[in-house]
Amino acid sequence: MADATLLNYLLWLPVMGMASLLLLPRDSDLAVRILAFGVMLLQFLLAAWLYGQFQPGFAGLQFETRLPWIADWGVFYHVGLDGMNVLLVLLTAFLGPLVVAGAVNAIRQDVKLFHAMVFFIQFAMIGTFVAQDLFLFYVFWETMLIPMFLMIGIWGGERRIYATIKFVLYTAFGSILMLAALIYLVWSLYEERGALSFAFTDLYGLDLPVNVQAWLLGAFALSFAIKVPIVPLHTWLPDAHVEAPTAGSVILAGVLLKMGTYGFMKLGFPLFPDAAVAAAPLFMTLAVVSIVYGACLALVQDDIKKIIAYSSISHLGYVMLGLACFDLLGIQGAAIQMVSHGLVSAGLFFMVGMIYERCHTRDLAAYGGLAKAMPVYSVFFMILTLASIGLPATSGFTGEFLVLVGAVSAGWAEHVAGLGSTTLVLGVTAVLGVVLGALYMLRFARLFLFGEEKVPGGHAVADLDLREKAILAAIVAAVFWLGIAPAGPLARTEGGSLQFQQLVLGDAAGGAP
Amino acid sequence: MGALTLIVLLPLLGFLLNGLLGSRLGRTFVNVVGCGLPLVAFIVAALAVRDLAAAGYPTVIETVYTWAAFGDRSFEIAFLLDRLSAVMVLIVTGVGTLIHVYSTGYMKGDPGYARYFAYLNLFLFFMLLLVLGRSLLVLFVGWEGVGLASYLLIGFWFSDPEKSAAGKKAFITNRVGDAGFLLGMFLLWQALGTLDMDAINAAFGAGPVPGLSAALVGILLFIGATGKSAQIPLHVWLPDAMAGPTPVSALIHAATMVTAGVYLVARLSGVYLVAPEASAVVATIGVLTAFFAATIAVVQTDIKKVLAYSTVSQLGFMFLALGVGAYGAAVFHLYTHAFFKACLFLGAGSVIHALGGEQDIRRMGGLARRIPVTFATFAVSTAAIAGLPPLAGFFSKDEILWYALASESGGSVLLFGLAAFTALLTAFYMFRLLWRVFMGASRMSHEVEHHVHESPPSMAGVLVVLAVLSAVGGFFSIPHFLEPLLPLPAIVPAMEHFHVPLLVLSVALGLSGLALAAWLYAGDASRAAQLEARFAGLHRLLTGKYYVDELYEAVLGRPLEWLSRRVFLGLGDRRLLDGTLHGLAGLARRAAGGFARIQTGSLQAYLLLGLAGLVLLLTWSLRNG
Amino acid sequence: MADPQFLLAAAAVLFALGLLGVIVRRNALVMLMSMELMLNGVNLSLVTFASQAGSAEAAVLVFLVFVVAAAEIAIAIPIVLALARRRGTLDAGSWTELKG
Repeated sequence: MADATLLNYLLWLPVMGMASLLLLPRDSDLAVRILAFGVMLLQFLLAAWLYGQFQPGFAGLQFETRLPWIADWGVFYHVGLDGMNVLLVLLTAFLGPLVVAGAVNAIRQDVKLFHAMVFFIQFAMIGTFVAQDLFLFYVFWETMLIPMFLMIGIWGGERRIYATIKFVLYTAFGSILMLAALIYLVWSLYEERGALSFAFTDLYGLDLPVNVQAWLLGAFALSFAIKVPIVPLHTWLPDAHVEAPTAGSVILAGVLLKMGTYGFMKLGFPLFPDAAVAAAPLFMTLAVVSIVYGACLALVQDDIKKIIAYSSISHLGYVMLGLACFDLLGIQGAAIQMVSHGLVSAGLFFMVGMIYERCHTRDLAAYGGLAKAMPVYSVFFMILTLASIGLPATSGFTGEFLVLVGAVSAGWAEHVAGLGSTTLVLGVTAVLGVVLGALYMLRFARLFLFGEEKVPGGHAVADLDLREKAILAAIVAAVFWLGIAPAGPLARTEGGSLQFQQLVLGDAAGGAP
Repeated sequence: MGALTLIVLLPLLGFLLNGLLGSRLGRTFVNVVGCGLPLVAFIVAALAVRDLAAAGYPTVIETVYTWAAFGDRSFEIAFLLDRLSAVMVLIVTGVGTLIHVYSTGYMKGDPGYARYFAYLNLFLFFMLLLVLGRSLLVLFVGWEGVGLASYLLIGFWFSDPEKSAAGKKAFITNRVGDAGFLLGMFLLWQALGTLDMDAINAAFGAGPVPGLSAALVGILLFIGATGKSAQIPLHVWLPDAMAGPTPVSALIHAATMVTAGVYLVARLSGVYLVAPEASAVVATIGVLTAFFAATIAVVQTDIKKVLAYSTVSQLGFMFLALGVGAYGAAVFHLYTHAFFKACLFLGAGSVIHALGGEQDIRRMGGLARRIPVTFATFAVSTAAIAGLPPLAGFFSKDEILWYALASESGGSVLLFGLAAFTALLTAFYMFRLLWRVFMGASRMSHEVEHHVHESPPSMAGVLVVLAVLSAVGGFFSIPHFLEPLLPLPAIVPAMEHFHVPLLVLSVALGLSGLALAAWLYAGDASRAAQLEARFAGLHRLLTGKYYVDELYEAVLGRPLEWLSRRVFLGLGDRRLLDGTLHGLAGLARRAAGGFARIQTGSLQAYLLLGLAGLVLLLTWSLRNG
Repeated sequence: MADPQFLLAAAAVLFALGLLGVIVRRNALVMLMSMELMLNGVNLSLVTFASQAGSAEAAVLVFLVFVVAAAEIAIAIPIVLALARRRGTLDAGSWTELKG
């Protein structure tokens, strides 16, 4: 591609933004916000342009850059877009300006540092998505932790220290195991080929014995599963969400959680295909457990942020289910569901932030009848709720529908072929999960929006202002886009999904009896 | 843009205009947009059906765009017009427009006027998607969408927690059915690679589909239908749904949305024709629902609740017809039911309107002279639902009873007997309602009685139109019209002679229902009260609606709550997971406390320790090296 | 070229002197100087081995050590100064905040 440098601009733009923040005087909060917004907007436009230029039918990397970094170790600065990451990069860049715009009222101390952190995490997240070299990937993966740690630790709520330590300990624990597995993996490659390389494509080709694969997959999977999070590794998430500032929750739910599922898609399963196929029932079981468990817990929460946090666990269960059934529709559904969850949960966290700024409580019981006091707010909230439930014409439907089609089809095919009914049972259970999804979200909406009017503090609250409306309108537009016309995005992810499927099943077909 | 797309999009435009601008631009704007666009949709639909008729009823397909494609399989958004969807689209837009007009009177002065019309238009949009969709996917979009509109409209007066709870209940119950629907859809996709319903019918018609039994698909899809069409065991939401404004009950919960399940089964008749087991399930559930709902309706005292259970019961009749293969008869009853039940609900709305919100029939009576137009139309449609000739309900119910007895694909004396008894009950509870509301002495309070007034022309006019349709609608024989598409089942030869006696029986049932009601509720209704006292246990069971709600709460609601709160949250998250984590953290802290003693804070001490360690290490390595 | 044996002995002496200084002296500045002494002792041995092995990489490594040492002092001295200013003493023993 001739314009491959554009992806590098996209990646490094936040770093330039960070540097230019240094040039601004200490107290110029407004200037900081404008600069940050401008840079983020530019980044989004770049991402949108790259998305438009992305060739759906083209297999392999696009906008690829490959430069030696630590040449002696075979480490390359290797970035590029493919079907698996193109939508996620677009999502990350899309949320960037919204995060900055959403923080105008919420963040009033250390404004400059805050925006530096937003830039920092943006850089690390996009870097993780576009990296095509395991070393580079790991560096970005670990880097993400720092700004998130600071964001929760500095601008968080009352129990922020507890939450942030829990978050970091969980994540770091997983990362260490991944590092060990990574070193072993590269070493095995060295022993086999006699050359050091961290390139994904080289590592995919490695043919390890299945028991070794199982151990390595275990280490990678633990790290990714903590990020997703998959039950029972999820307890850091509600705490982190509750204590994080709105911007932190939005980034966490919008993009960071997808690192886990993306990791499974890009690395976990394709690197260790035999083990992945063998462990697929386990992963599917965990996915379905996450769906049901998250939904049940969301049903009994009294803290509005926790409801959304637990719903995230449930929704990402669908992503895992789609990935682990290895059916093309399921994988495609997982790709859409990742973005959909990013949009919907980010939107809901924005909305929680907006009401929190007005009423200063997250206690669900304190609210009621907001539809009367804040009609515009309620309309947006209803739309996002319905998208979360997976109503047709919203992104949630596209994702869940395709995942479930994939899982049930795969299960039925297996059942008919006489290969057992585990997948089918899990798929059917996941379909029943949609009932639970409606149950907790509608309970939330009913207590929150409907019933007798009850606003904490007793004062009349103002409805959304123009800035807030614009943020939510952007998210809602994206939600409908993915719901009504997903053909374009799906065409772009299809190459990646096919590659994933072929990497996992292609190898297994040769090895399996 | 094709005509079908236009029909669908017009109400959507209405929704957007009313939703975004309605509350700012005032009532006239809302009226013009809210009623005008459905009317235009009706006209376009009528023109499209005329063209279809002129062309000799081919199947018209209009592809709009590809929703998603996977290799050579794809999900197309396409519309289909044939005889069946022509009937449906005309009912939906026609009755829909009438009810929009009625609503301008009924909802006058409500602060949520624009919002109401926006929701109503949204409902029409989704309902049209449902009946015009070619693929099950489009149908499902409409299916979920009408559920949404129903949810929003049931909870329209959301300040009342009970009303918003009823909306939620409707949505959740439907979702349970939808899970079955989805599964059926997935299996069809897996086996056939398409969701186009004409293709599905063709595939099943051509012989057994490898790896998929028609019965399974049929039953799964029927589970979806039981949700939307309020059949046992998912019927519990419909009576609660009466919390919505009355025109909504007429449009959504009587005439159109709840018949979506009937439409679905009729549309996929190709599947059910080759799945006698599934058809038997449909017939059984249908007749049981019809019977049980009718028994509950007998004792209800809320005017809308009586009509609600009557709707459930009539839907049961339709499923009975579907189950015995008489798809045309089911659609016939759907069509006549749309008229008389809409008229009944709107009449009830007119009564409630006249009485300033009163819904309890024990506090009505003697209204016939006070609101004569309402009474006349209500009486006509009551006679129609009771099956008195020559009104619409007579023809359609007679067809159903006939096929329940004589159809070669599943008809039986048992089905017929239960259905006939239900028909008697229907006539009885409907005349009881008529009697209690309009006849006898007034039981209203003075306050209420003083304000009784006939409804404005916008409402009364609509009542008259619907009453006329309920009276003459039966002369257009839908089964005959649909026969090229949905052939009627063969008749068991031995039964052929019973057709005329059955006609007589059917009329007799209607008349005896009338007589019974008149006799029981004559005067001060003391005979009814005696009967009630005599069978107090039965009466309690019926007014308690067989305690199905309580059963669900005990079997599903509370255990789920208990599981979530006590087991998952309390034991799982707090005790097991966080407990382990905090335990480990505590252990680490205690261990660190021990080691921390070495940390004296003196640099020199550290260095000495380090040095000692180094020396030890060196000696060790020398020894062992 | 001096005798490598002699050079290595000198390196060892330098290192030992430095170590002794760090351990027995309490003045932070003197401790820093002693640390430099240790570093130079190691560096001397490195140079010696480098010239013996004729390895260019090792010589480069020596320069790297110089640079690192310079950077380290440039940070360490201000820290010591800041500490001294706060407490008014250079005694390392007065800083025991990290005592467990």
